[in-house]
Amino acid sequence: MDNSPLVMYDEDFRKVLAVAQRLVKDANAKGVFVVDHNGQLIAETGEMQGIDTTSLASLTAGSVAATGGLAKLVGEDEFPVHFHQGQQNNLHISLIAGRIILVVVFDDRSSLGLVRLRVKKLGGLLGKVFEEIRKKADRSQATGRAVTPFAEITDEDIDNLFSV
Amino acid sequence: MSFINYSSREINCKIVYYGPGLCGKTTNLQHIYSKTNPDLKGKMISLATETERTLFFDFLPLALGQIRGFKIRFHLYTVPGQVFYDASRKLILKGVDGVVFVADSQVERMEANVESLENLRVNLAEQGYDLDQVTCVMQYNKRDLPNAAPLDEMQRLLNPGGRTEFEASASTGQGVFETLKAAARDVLRDLKQMGR
Repeated sequence: MDNSPLVMYDEDFRKVLAVAQRLVKDANAKGVFVVDHNGQLIAETGEMQGIDTTSLASLTAGSVAATGGLAKLVGEDEFPVHFHQGQQNNLHISLIAGRIILVVVFDDRSSLGLVRLRVKKLGGLLGKVFEEIRKKADRSQATGRAVTPFAEITDEDIDNLFSV
Repeated sequence: MSFINYSSREINCKIVYYGPGLCGKTTNLQHIYSKTNPDLKGKMISLATETERTLFFDFLPLALGQIRGFKIRFHLYTVPGQVFYDASRKLILKGVDGVVFVADSQVERMEANVESLENLRVNLAEQGYDLDQVTCVMQYNKRDLPNAAPLDEMQRLLNPGGRTEFEASASTGQGVFETLKAAARDVLRDLKQMGR
């Protein structure tokens, strides 16, 4: 189990966002959300302004975790792809590299087949980006040069956060 | 497992409220939600049964302010306390940075408290964590009830190691923010240690 913090630098974020933006375009989707499997939103793009993305990320992670539990009950490692069909909007949820959840929201301007096809291709690309991020974190840890904002934060900074 | 995002300059951490059924985990979150400035909180989500028992989890995102230009956000979760929801509890502990154990002070719930604490230890171990190493703040809730057990007995049963602890009455709000602040502070200190 990997319990280390997920650290995302600006250059990594731009790579993730670029893949998500391409997926919106290629799949003709309304929105794409990249979520950490623990429920943290990593990136979002598309036309779904104003949606509560924090809740979306948390509920998606909960749903994927629950479905993963069901998978194990029936002897599967995971159900890596979930599809929810609505009257106007549909959700395509896929688990990438076991740690990242890719959520695609689409309506009748697209189709499940197209979304599946594009997710398969670009999901692989996203997996590679996160693999690079993981390797980078491993290298930093191995060389003892893991840099986080906490290296500069003092106990006083933390106490000040709770002083009011 | 915290998420540090240099792009949006945010640090996100996860705190899970754990404890036996009806001990007041959801009430803790409801009090925090009701007393927090709307600019600092997101929507509170409760996945509950028709009788308002937690079915999967409650979720409350909270912004605590900034440290050195990084926004500090905490995601607060509760687990369903009823014994038969163990599979759900395990899922919610994934990626946890800190735990608040809410104990029910009523004498007749003491066995349930002990069982739940042991269940927390087992479920954390399955996620690769050791309860003795994880940030865990103890809250003795329902201290206002007439059938509350003596504090020293609860300490002996639930907190022999002397974790940070608070007496509380979540229904009136007493001790709720003190518990949260202590847990959040300890989580940030842990992350600081890791960042060295």
